[in-house]
Amino acid sequence: MSNAIQLLRFITAGSVDDGKSTLIGRLLHYSKSIFEDQLSAISKTSAKRGMAAVDLSLLTDGLLAEREQGITIDVAYRYFATPKRKFIIGDTPGHEQYTRNMVTAASTANLVVILIDARKGVLTQTRRHTYLASLVGVPHIVLAVNKMDMVEYSEETFNAICAEYRAFAAQLGIHDVTCIPMSALNGDMVVEHGDNLSWYKGAPLLELLENIVIDYDVNTTDFRYPVQWVCRPQTQEHHDFRGFAGRIESGEIAVGDEITVLPSGRSSRVKEIVTYDGNLQRAYAPQSVTLTLEDEIDVSRGDMFVKANATPQIAREFGAMLCWLAESPLDLNRKYIIKHTTRMVKCVFSRLEFRVDVNTLAHHETGKLNMNDIARVAMKVQQPLALDHYSRNRSTGSFIVIDEATNNTVAAGMIA
Amino acid sequence: MKLVEDHNMSSHIFTHLDALESESIHIMREVAAECKNPALLFSGGKDSIVMLRLAEKAFRPARFPFPLVHIDTEHNFPEVITCRDKLAADLGERLIVRSLEDSIRRGTIVIKDPDKPRNPYQSVTLLETIAEFGFDACMGGARRDEEKARAKERIFSFRDEFGQWDPKNQRPELWDVYNTRVHAGENIRVFPISNWTEMDIWEYIARENLYIPEIYYAHEREVIRRGNSVIPVSHLVQPKPGEKAEMLSVRFRTVGDMTCTAPVESTARNAQEIIEETATTRITERGATRMDDQTSEASMELRKKEGYF
Ligand SMILES: Nc1nc2c(ncn2[C@@H]2O[C@H](COP(=O)(O)OP(=O)(O)OP(=O)(O)O)[C@@H](O)[C@H]2O)c(=O)[nH]1
Ligand SMILES: [Mg+2]
Repeated sequence: MSNAIQLLRFITAGSVDDGKSTLIGRLLHYSKSIFEDQLSAISKTSAKRGMAAVDLSLLTDGLLAEREQGITIDVAYRYFATPKRKFIIGDTPGHEQYTRNMVTAASTANLVVILIDARKGVLTQTRRHTYLASLVGVPHIVLAVNKMDMVEYSEETFNAICAEYRAFAAQLGIHDVTCIPMSALNGDMVVEHGDNLSWYKGAPLLELLENIVIDYDVNTTDFRYPVQWVCRPQTQEHHDFRGFAGRIESGEIAVGDEITVLPSGRSSRVKEIVTYDGNLQRAYAPQSVTLTLEDEIDVSRGDMFVKANATPQIAREFGAMLCWLAESPLDLNRKYIIKHTTRMVKCVFSRLEFRVDVNTLAHHETGKLNMNDIARVAMKVQQPLALDHYSRNRSTGSFIVIDEATNNTVAAGMIA
Repeated sequence: MKLVEDHNMSSHIFTHLDALESESIHIMREVAAECKNPALLFSGGKDSIVMLRLAEKAFRPARFPFPLVHIDTEHNFPEVITCRDKLAADLGERLIVRSLEDSIRRGTIVIKDPDKPRNPYQSVTLLETIAEFGFDACMGGARRDEEKARAKERIFSFRDEFGQWDPKNQRPELWDVYNTRVHAGENIRVFPISNWTEMDIWEYIARENLYIPEIYYAHEREVIRRGNSVIPVSHLVQPKPGEKAEMLSVRFRTVGDMTCTAPVESTARNAQEIIEETATTRITERGATRMDDQTSEASMELRKKEGYF
């Protein structure tokens, strides 16, 4: 059985102007994934701006404001395929102001390419993005030391940057970092090796992305099934049908299996696994299905089906790592809403335990949480939630925080 | 979403299409469960036909917990309207049609040139329809691979009370925990097939054996060559002096406003042959077919800011 994924989601990250968008453009161009009309459109725009060569960052920097300023503001998603794999790329912004958009992209990625400008080395934003990638659990990091053309393709410079970066990553428990020297502008080490970096023996980026083994990151042991929607057709034909639609977030389920409904704790057995394409005997994460039960028990959206042999913790008070994303700081006196799987509940933050300095990874006491701060908090919710550690289960270990007044998403939370 | 490809499931491999399908079903169910009064925008085009099949997968054996809504420019290809009506009727779902003509009669749309494309005006009628029914969420079949402004948009895309999109200030969207909350008068546009590509759509049409308007398949059609495009002759478009109509074997990659949707030369007569052509094409879907997108560098972004899908 092969667990290697066919569809790889990766993002580029790193500090401002390190060449993230240029790299994506180069990758698409060299892998022949740019269409003729796209290329002619960005050539025209580049010429209009008086540039000598085509600016490949225009491929992902599609907004007017981005083109005007020559920066990336929000994530652009791009899709391409090689005979080996399909890719979804997220090109993220380097500016600290737009960190929340980087977090948005990182939360669904399997791999992150962190770029560094070879002239500048490891910067605060490099560390911040690395920390955030590890916090949201992106399993693989590739370090691309870019703009090697500006440092005469120096092996020493490359080695020094890699060593510094590896030391930082090791503090986060990340030991699996592949480092590649690169010139996104000239195309060295993007799709082809090129002639300028003959001292480097590794594979170019695309080859690495095509071949890197990434097992799927679903927890296969603990069955978790948050009920999304109750299916009650109330038609002649399906008069008594009452199904619970949802997606299997982890584990698997078979007809006849005993399940427990959380938080009520009532039990029943799975009668049918209904899908449009016919009933199944067994289903696995991340399939979307509809389950019917043997017994008429009370179940609504927000409840979670689990199996008795692997239950999550049921809690009203818990600790979490929080990444604050809103411009207005966290207000300890206010109530917020959190959405955890399919359940929305009110919550308060009872204590800020510490804030993380992304440069040194030191923990600092803090009374405040501002935009882009990362902190450990203690929180209390109105109704109990069925929680797992984020490291064990991404779906049941994560939540978002919503400001009731503005309805904005103000934080990302991870049970830890 | 989680990625399980090639996940060997007893009898069946979980393919990339299965992964995309499950993601889309999950999104539609979130909308149905959390939004008070959602709608599914349904045009009779291929993407919205895929959306219908996904909705069947998400909600059957129940009926859809939302109506289908079409904003009709009355510049549509008749085959598309036929298909729209047939699919809605076959599914037994409610179809609401609102026409640009209604807005023109009300005076909220003032058409300068009756033969020009009507896409820019669609936003007006859409916003009026949203207000008429009080929809708080509209699901649409836009894909991120279509256009550079779409490539930037969230799956749950928040619109203010004027229907406007603020691309510089989008809500964070973490994992697949979607924030569907809006104040009265605001709404969200939801794009369940954001992550699908044109190729995925055709592979899905083939796999699910979906019925789509015949004009997506190669057929003989009377066209005029104008610049790099071939333009279909219709009651709205006639050859200008000096132009000559000719018969060509063509198919449509998108089916929009008849005055600005160009077909491509093709001999592909079924989904499988279209998949083969799609694999080798060097022009994007909109680049090949939507003349209105080429008027300025940012036409789509500007239209979206005004309330377009
Ligand atoms: N010399 C040289 N310049 C490069 C290279 N890669 C990118 N650049 C230039 O660096 C500048 C910034 O590139 P972008 O790709 O826009 O940088 P970015 O990391 O996407 O920036 P943000 O998204 O705004 O954070 C542009 O002028 C690029 O042409 C490289 O390998 N060598
Ligand atoms: Mg950029």
